[in-house]
Amino acid sequence: MARTHITTTVNGDEYEVLCEVEQTLLDVLRDELQLTGTKEGCSSGDCGACSVMVDGRLMCACLVLGVEADGKSIDTIEGMADGEELHPLQRNFLELNGLQCGICTPGILVAAKNQLERNANPTETEIRFWLAGNLCRCTGYDKIIRSVQAAAEQMRGN
Amino acid sequence: MATILEQPGFNPDQDLKVVGTNPVKHDGPDKVTGRAKFGADMYLPGMLYGKILRRPHAHAVLKSIDISAAEAMPGVNAVVTRDDFPELPPGTPGGDLSRNVMAREKVLYDGHPVAAVAATSESIARRALKLIKVEYEILPHVIDPVKAMAADAPILHSHIRTKGVDGAENTETNVTERMVSEMGDVDKGFAEADIIVESEFDSKPMHQSYIEPQGCVASTSQDGQLDLYCCTQGIHVFRDRIADILEMDSAKIRVSQSEMGGGFGGKTSPYGEPVAALLSKKSARPVKIVLTRNEVFRCTGPVAATQSKIKMGCTKDGKITAAWADLVFQTGAFTGSMFFNGPWAMFTRYDLENIHVTACEVVSNRPKVNAFRAPCVPQIVFGVEALITEMAQKVGMDELEFRLKNAATEGYTTVFGQTFEAIGFVETLEAAMETDHYKSELPEGWGRGVSTGFWFNRDGDTTASLTITPGGSVTIMAGTSDVAGSRIALSMMAAEELGVPVDKVRAILSDTSMMGNNRVTAGSRTTYSAGMVIIDSARKAIAEMCSRAAEIWDVPVEGVEFIDGECRPSSSNVGEFDPLSIADIAAKTSVSHGAISGHSEMNVTGAGPGFGVHLVDCEVDRGTGRVDIKRYTVIEDAGKAIHPLQVEGQYQGGAVQGVGWALNEEYIYGEDGRLQNPGFLDYRIPVASDVPMIDTVIVEVPNPRHPYGLRGVGEVPVTPTLAAVGNAIGDAIGIRPKSLPMSPPKVLKLMKDAGINTK
Repeated sequence: MARTHITTTVNGDEYEVLCEVEQTLLDVLRDELQLTGTKEGCSSGDCGACSVMVDGRLMCACLVLGVEADGKSIDTIEGMADGEELHPLQRNFLELNGLQCGICTPGILVAAKNQLERNANPTETEIRFWLAGNLCRCTGYDKIIRSVQAAAEQMRGN
Repeated sequence: MATILEQPGFNPDQDLKVVGTNPVKHDGPDKVTGRAKFGADMYLPGMLYGKILRRPHAHAVLKSIDISAAEAMPGVNAVVTRDDFPELPPGTPGGDLSRNVMAREKVLYDGHPVAAVAATSESIARRALKLIKVEYEILPHVIDPVKAMAADAPILHSHIRTKGVDGAENTETNVTERMVSEMGDVDKGFAEADIIVESEFDSKPMHQSYIEPQGCVASTSQDGQLDLYCCTQGIHVFRDRIADILEMDSAKIRVSQSEMGGGFGGKTSPYGEPVAALLSKKSARPVKIVLTRNEVFRCTGPVAATQSKIKMGCTKDGKITAAWADLVFQTGAFTGSMFFNGPWAMFTRYDLENIHVTACEVVSNRPKVNAFRAPCVPQIVFGVEALITEMAQKVGMDELEFRLKNAATEGYTTVFGQTFEAIGFVETLEAAMETDHYKSELPEGWGRGVSTGFWFNRDGDTTASLTITPGGSVTIMAGTSDVAGSRIALSMMAAEELGVPVDKVRAILSDTSMMGNNRVTAGSRTTYSAGMVIIDSARKAIAEMCSRAAEIWDVPVEGVEFIDGECRPSSSNVGEFDPLSIADIAAKTSVSHGAISGHSEMNVTGAGPGFGVHLVDCEVDRGTGRVDIKRYTVIEDAGKAIHPLQVEGQYQGGAVQGVGWALNEEYIYGEDGRLQNPGFLDYRIPVASDVPMIDTVIVEVPNPRHPYGLRGVGEVPVTPTLAAVGNAIGDAIGIRPKSLPMSPPKVLKLMKDAGINTK
């Protein structure tokens, strides 16, 4: 099948990829670039496990075609830590046990980071509604919400 | 020497330093940065993509399959069908599993696999599936378990005869087994009752809904060795089942486990893995199969739908005198629902003398059910605890007081023959009565529900290995899977025994070639059983270090004791020696007897039963029937919480899974026998905005068989949930729902039918 050449920036690095037109951005990240931190849970935009940032907008990578990423800047979980320094969200998820199996964690972290960039002091309800598109089956959400709250508080203090 | 299982077990006088703290999980950093590798995250050179052909017929004879066009398609490297699987007799475990992963004589449910292809890309594989021509003869189908029991119901398997019924040898049926679970004299018990309550309840299948679909890569060499990488709750179980159905030598199969993105029982048996193995064998290339969410819903999981009739009686002062039930469990297209758990667990936690339960398991044209936290129990407890609440109300007792009055204690012998050692049901009920939640006044318009639950907790075959590194730190290896954080709990127990900080310990998950057999990671058995073999391994390593110290000091080994991570002379009579740390001894292994390690293989026994109490406040929207969970508290006996945050996470996660099952989750079938909601949009699991914070109380009544007293905690948190939510709704609207899920249209109809004010 004919492939399309795209140039896309992922976590600050420029990549050139030949992708099939039916491949999603999720397929391109995982199958072509082996950036497997972005997870596939449903391929229909219902679970949020593939949440990434596309030119600063929070999106499900399964709902974006790979060819649409041409010329765009993508941020994934692999780019969240600053070198050896974890992001406050990552740190708080570890310390407060905001994850169990960890399959939803990358998507939730990407989505939560976007929320805190827009709203440094969200209420519990605001966090719950912001993350309502990110399914977690292990935790019952309690420790996820607390981890986001704690990270928000620390980030406001900095 | 007595093994760890024969020793007294729990030591109440120990001063625990690591157990009971909350260190960061060692698998955590990889999981917050995207480094962690799950089932779908493996890529091998030359790897092909496998896809499975599934057809929508609920019940049909598979007449012919023509794969020639698919095989001829460029990029397609292999196609497999039933013809590639060894012929195993129907009605055997291997025969059933083989037929579930690839249809043979018939397709038995919507989505049943009929063929699979491996191609150089996913898109080629998908297109190749469309070229496979399958000829069917459509048969009448049956979805509902009670209809499947009728004399004129379509028969799924001609070999099934009802086990447990005399004279059934000549009758074709969908009822696989009828069992009776009984003790005492139930007629006498009802004769002694002043109050008798009875009702009928039903539930629909729900799906485990792990967020990670099953994913694997199989690579078969030309000499028949299979390397299988997959997400699994049991590497050894997968190896042995695949060896059975592909008639392979199990030593030639190496199953490695990925990180597992949730399982909850649903990843205890293989689906795409044997298919990938055959595609790999045929193509001589690695083959990856990752199920789609649609396939996960249509063809894996779900739990058993049930119908139950339950009757209970008590005296006017609140003592339960009799309990009777007639239960039907729908197991999907093949037997294996573990339905016996229902009759055994449904009343267990109450001090009952007279019980009679009949339970049937029925096949119908749905995917074969799989395990889910406390298989076949929560949906039955849904009815039991409705009647318990009804009796308490009729007697005029506080609901928890009523349950406390009937609580089983140490020495009680259950209907399945276990005599309880020290258990924590009374303490759990008392702790529930002391919560702010239970003491708080219920806001106007809300309802409050309580329920209790029990799970056996499992143990069984388990292996582990522990090695001291030359620098004095520790690596441990478990043969079990890590479903939610057992690696940190095991590391903590090793650290506790060895007197080292937990950061000095690293746990890895083994593959089947590294370890002896392990029973599946399920039944809340892992932290208990793997903990036992890790502790045993650590104690063996300690014994070896003491012997090395004795040799270094030239004293008898009895003169050495191990305290706080170092060998010391056990008394001044032994002599004056500076203590030798683990690192000191480890540094000298090359000039003594080589590396120091400990390993342990046991059929672990002594898992202590678990009990929980749930308290729920809810509000019901009078216009829509939507139930809003306002407040939730889980009180449960953990024996001893090794890592309390992890234990709380089990309680909270279990409760919210139960809330989903209680309020929304169900398989919906059309008249055509097709599943109508195979996706997260139409099969709605709870999202963050659906639930409040889940409060927890960890009760600790030590399990006398475990050195630290721990009990499994994974299943109990789901067992009371459906009933607690049902009772809360009943309290809010004045009529207790009896059909699961208690979804908005059903709750609204219930209110309207009962003439309750709706908006």
